[in-house]
Amino acid sequence: MTAYDEQRLAELIKALPPAPQAWVEAAQELPLARGQLDDIVARAEADLAFRDALIANLEDALRLEGYEPDTIPLDELRRRLEH
Amino acid sequence: MQLASLPDAQIVARCRSGDEDAWRELVSRFSRYVYAICCQAYRLRQEDAEEVFQEVFSRAYQHLGKLRDDEAIRPWIGQLTRRLCIDRLRAGSREEIVDPESMPGGVDDKMETLDEAFAVHEAMAELSENCREILDRFFARDESYQTIGSALDIPSGTIASRISRCLSRLREHFEGRNPEARPSS
Repeated sequence: MTAYDEQRLAELIKALPPAPQAWVEAAQELPLARGQLDDIVARAEADLAFRDALIANLEDALRLEGYEPDTIPLDELRRRLEH
Repeated sequence: MQLASLPDAQIVARCRSGDEDAWRELVSRFSRYVYAICCQAYRLRQEDAEEVFQEVFSRAYQHLGKLRDDEAIRPWIGQLTRRLCIDRLRAGSREEIVDPESMPGGVDDKMETLDEAFAVHEAMAELSENCREILDRFFARDESYQTIGSALDIPSGTIASRISRCLSRLREHFEGRNPEARPSS
């Protein structure tokens, strides 16, 4: 059987340092980002000019409409716009 | 009841019903584990690790509904992270590595250690907040006695003895949760 002395426990605590705070916060904001994504796709389906602008220059078109591109999963948005 | 004290299965169920606070707790609960798999087990570069980290949680969010057993969230996230790390390595960001499973140090051995570490961190949740903070700051965050003393408003000269006491308590909690962890008599 394995014995966990204090030294071993200390090593195991050390084995899981915190992830960078910005990474954690970005992942925690995913529900918000996905809500924005769904909203953008719905608008693009209803408004062909907006869709064309997104396809021509995704990040600029988003900024023009007041979205912050850094908070949106852009690769997935591109994929969804292609379909 | 505080979200942090809920078992994994309840957090998963709440996430599935659209509870954004539960999602934040889920990310917080597994972020160290995912980060460690990327950086320690697969030794991804920081920029690759960040992309895999975000992709893991993005897929977890999208596919949480497909999880058959809510209690199995940790192994599910672990497997997902491993698969995405391997994909990332094979995609050529580290071309010198042909077979990620043959990396020096052994990914499986490292995963075993990280699983043990996760269990120890879970046991830490049962300690007092003060003990938990001291142990995490000293060992996981690598903070000095002075930094810890100043952050927690306790004399830095007492930190060493507090660490020792908190480790003893952690050992009791951990062995209580994991009878197989007790030394054989």
